[in-house]
Amino acid sequence: MMLYLRLFWEFFKTGLFAVGGGMATLPFLYDMSAKTGWFSPAQLADMIAVSESTPGPIGVNMATYVGFSTAGIPGAVLATLGLVTPSVIIILLIARVLHAFRQNRYVDAAFYGLRPCSVGLIAAAGLLVVRIALFDVELFHSTGAFLDLLRPKALLLAALLLVLTNAVKATKKLHPIVFILASAVLGVLLSF
Amino acid sequence: MKTLLQLFAAFARVGVMTFGGGYAMIPILEREIVDRHGWATSEELMDYYAVGQCTPGVIAVNTATFVGYSVAGVPGGIMATLGVVFPSVVIITVIAGILTNFADLPSVKSAFAAIRVCVCVLIFNAVMKLWKKAVPDKATLVLFLLVFLLSVFLDLSPIVFVVLCAVAGIVLTRMGVRGK
Repeated sequence: MMLYLRLFWEFFKTGLFAVGGGMATLPFLYDMSAKTGWFSPAQLADMIAVSESTPGPIGVNMATYVGFSTAGIPGAVLATLGLVTPSVIIILLIARVLHAFRQNRYVDAAFYGLRPCSVGLIAAAGLLVVRIALFDVELFHSTGAFLDLLRPKALLLAALLLVLTNAVKATKKLHPIVFILASAVLGVLLSF
Repeated sequence: MKTLLQLFAAFARVGVMTFGGGYAMIPILEREIVDRHGWATSEELMDYYAVGQCTPGVIAVNTATFVGYSVAGVPGGIMATLGVVFPSVVIITVIAGILTNFADLPSVKSAFAAIRVCVCVLIFNAVMKLWKKAVPDKATLVLFLLVFLLSVFLDLSPIVFVVLCAVAGIVLTRMGVRGK
């Protein structure tokens, strides 16, 4: 019972403070992973991939996934409800005063500071995934050899994906699911 | 009652057809909300979406609550929200249940090791895209760097950064450094 309440509460806080869409929940989930130990950062990276490749808003998908892996189906439902409850409350309050809210100069000024904050937090969370996916910190610590720190196949794949998603006209507009599936196939073929 | 069920069904369809959320959702919202049901005009929908972006939480959920409330009051807001999350809960629960059983297979491990690399690139691209709107001047660049470095090196809750940066945004605007 305590676990269910805690899940709801943790996601309630995420929904209340994550500003800027689904990806903005990411730093909160990494914080949750560190504080509760419900899931590891590597598991979280896998959940992001699944959430991006399945229908539904990514923030909601991640909440459902974390909730399910922590406490089964009730966990999935409670985490999701926790995430959306603050949204519902805030929007219902704002809906009555929509015009005043959009034009309020304090709201506008707060968001001037919140937007770079959100990007900074997402970038820092991204760095945690980079550490797991592209580098092998544990192997480096046990051998001390610098080359053991790098995962060469992963670095090559990252470079290839960066080019395909940004520089190649024919592929850069493709949906992320295409790149996720292609990576999965390459991972199996080249035994990552 | 009929309207509430229609709201639930319409937003469940939006939920199923949205991959990843964000801008991909707009054409689907248009079709369900403006064309099919006439619950809002395109302009109203853009307003809801704009407010959904600048309030806390998932944009799709915020927009759903907004449209639902304007159509059928508080119960409408709640039904639309439940509708938009319903497909996620079902689909993710099924997939997570299946994946848990196969997570230890070597080929599944290899696949996810490579998928994580892809996730890095996707997050990087998301940051670059958000960057353009979020960091228009020197003051926001400083805020970005402070938040990034402090959250990498210190074990602080993201809530601390969010609260401090909202205050900083107001202070900086009042100091008149915005846009410089």
